[in-house]
Amino acid sequence: MKPFTSVEGVAAPLPLENVDTDVIIPMDALLSRPRDELGARAFEPLRYRADGSETADFVLNRTAYRAASILIAGRNFGCGSSREGAVHALAGFGLRVVIAPTFGDIFYSNCLKNGVLPVRLEEESVRILMEAADRAAGAAPFHVDLVEQRVAAPDVAPITFDFDPALKQRLIDGEDEITMTLRHEAEIRAWQKRDRTARSWAWRVLESEG
Amino acid sequence: MTSRRTIVEKIWSARTILSEDGLDLLHIDRSLLTDLSGTVGLEEIEADGLALHDPALNFAIPDHVVETRENAGFDPARRERFVATLERLAARHDVRHFARGSGRQGIVHVTAMDQGITLPGLLLVCGDSHTSTHGALGALAFGIGSTEVKHTLATQTLWMQRPRLARITLSGSLCPGVYAKDVALWIIARLGADWGREHAIEFSGPAIVAMSVDARATLCNMAVELGARFGVVGPDETVFNHLQGKPFAPSGADWEAAKTAWRALPTEPGAIFDKEVSFDAGEITPQITWGTSPEQAIAADGALPPVGEADPKAAAYIDLAPGQKITGVPVDYVFIGSCANGRIEDLRVAAAVVRGARVPHHVTALVVPGSEVVKEQAEDEGLHDIFRAAGFQWGEPGCSMCVGVNGDIVPPGKRCVSTSNRNFVGRQGPGARTHLASPATAAACAIAGVIVTAPQIASGAGAA
Repeated sequence: MKPFTSVEGVAAPLPLENVDTDVIIPMDALLSRPRDELGARAFEPLRYRADGSETADFVLNRTAYRAASILIAGRNFGCGSSREGAVHALAGFGLRVVIAPTFGDIFYSNCLKNGVLPVRLEEESVRILMEAADRAAGAAPFHVDLVEQRVAAPDVAPITFDFDPALKQRLIDGEDEITMTLRHEAEIRAWQKRDRTARSWAWRVLESEG
Repeated sequence: MTSRRTIVEKIWSARTILSEDGLDLLHIDRSLLTDLSGTVGLEEIEADGLALHDPALNFAIPDHVVETRENAGFDPARRERFVATLERLAARHDVRHFARGSGRQGIVHVTAMDQGITLPGLLLVCGDSHTSTHGALGALAFGIGSTEVKHTLATQTLWMQRPRLARITLSGSLCPGVYAKDVALWIIARLGADWGREHAIEFSGPAIVAMSVDARATLCNMAVELGARFGVVGPDETVFNHLQGKPFAPSGADWEAAKTAWRALPTEPGAIFDKEVSFDAGEITPQITWGTSPEQAIAADGALPPVGEADPKAAAYIDLAPGQKITGVPVDYVFIGSCANGRIEDLRVAAAVVRGARVPHHVTALVVPGSEVVKEQAEDEGLHDIFRAAGFQWGEPGCSMCVGVNGDIVPPGKRCVSTSNRNFVGRQGPGARTHLASPATAAACAIAGVIVTAPQIASGAGAA
């Protein structure tokens, strides 16, 4: 996994609530494109008209924000379907950070598996950052630092954010999780052996049926 | 402390292998592999040269891409890419696979509960957000992304943070003609689509205890639309009766041992939740969504919120005006099915509404049973004849028009009343307009050709 420590870049404001993963990457795009090409269809329903032309008013279509690496959105960003392609699409577009008051739970954990940083902030802080992103219009960079747990925006006092220490370390390390888990293989097998005895009802049926 | 634990805490700690820095390494007791995330997960395992840790704990079941209706624009290349690949990879890795025609195929969240794969006290995952459904049987079940699917296949574990605990208590009893889907939409409209984030939601109270397993499944299914990864109901005799004799449920001495273990699962009186809310079930009325989030639900005989309150983008997409009465709005499509409402009781309620009536010509109406077991049961009861006589199409089990990846889509600009769980922009097809409702309401809309509330059907009360 791509490690994450900090990102400096253009921040784009997307003041919409409940942006679901179907909007971030429609199922049809997900099924017809390889993972590394999903960026082209990120936010398709918002970004393109039915004839394939760009909608002029969508933030990521505006010249100032086309190179955005940070997205600032309304509450419940990434709700809905568990499709990890939503994160692949954001990353494919070039986004490394999403800031919002709340996130869909599965989307949040999918971000962590792909080196994308989801930052939860109070509604008021998100509003301040959206206004700063509006004013900056891509000209002055934002800086998001996971190590310091801090967002620095032009003309705004730095804003700190909470982050689970264990999840933070894993993002910074970027180590493959399967490799890490399999270091515990002996413990996993020993646990399973005990469970087969203690809860034989949960195991035996799988040996006979089917 | 130990005497006042919740069901979530009990299952969580029982399935924790070890803890490290506040993350728990959980044992995954059952994993369901769909033709989308499951296929991709197995492909990634092969690409990395990894082996499955415990093939017997995994079940491969095609549901998203399988054909559910003839002449619906089904793409055979897509079947080859996803459905056929899943079957091939499952065989190669010794994973049980339920093919179409096996009698066990269906939407993973319907068929795993039909088959007894889901059991109380188990930890179950699937690369699909509606995995919360299985909480209806007292399992701890949650949706995961494809990296987590791969991790599960390779290690039969997941690293997780323990969720916070929320409880929604429903006192009293539901009015006739009000169903679990109405309960879910009514609650989501009041609490918001992100109320449950970072929480596991337990549903409890007399109105929940009175619900069938099918109704509880609808409610737990919709927990994710309330923002929670987990929904759960404490297992009771209703659950045990549902499971007894199912193909993958324990039998003989194991059955008795299992029941003893399951009886210890429910949350104990006095247990503390991080947040709690209670409602009087008697206040809930039939609901329908007007917008593009499940939280935009109103009474099925009500009106959109006024200007200033109704999200203008949602109103524009759905092509209705703020303040407009929802009743009488013309309908083009009706879809009855999905992991929210594709179970036998759902089909019984809908059939009772349409019996003897006729869908008008301008409406395309489709019923898709949630699984082959549901379909066979419905056909034994003659429900398919009732639907067909009324002008409905009777489909083959799968996700179908809920997610629209098998060609079953609602065309651009068309309006669909759907028993599925998501009214998102483009969910049922690009430009499709979705109104979520119960099977009773959806069936009534199909017959009327416009949005209406269902007449009360005496025999249909209590389910769906």
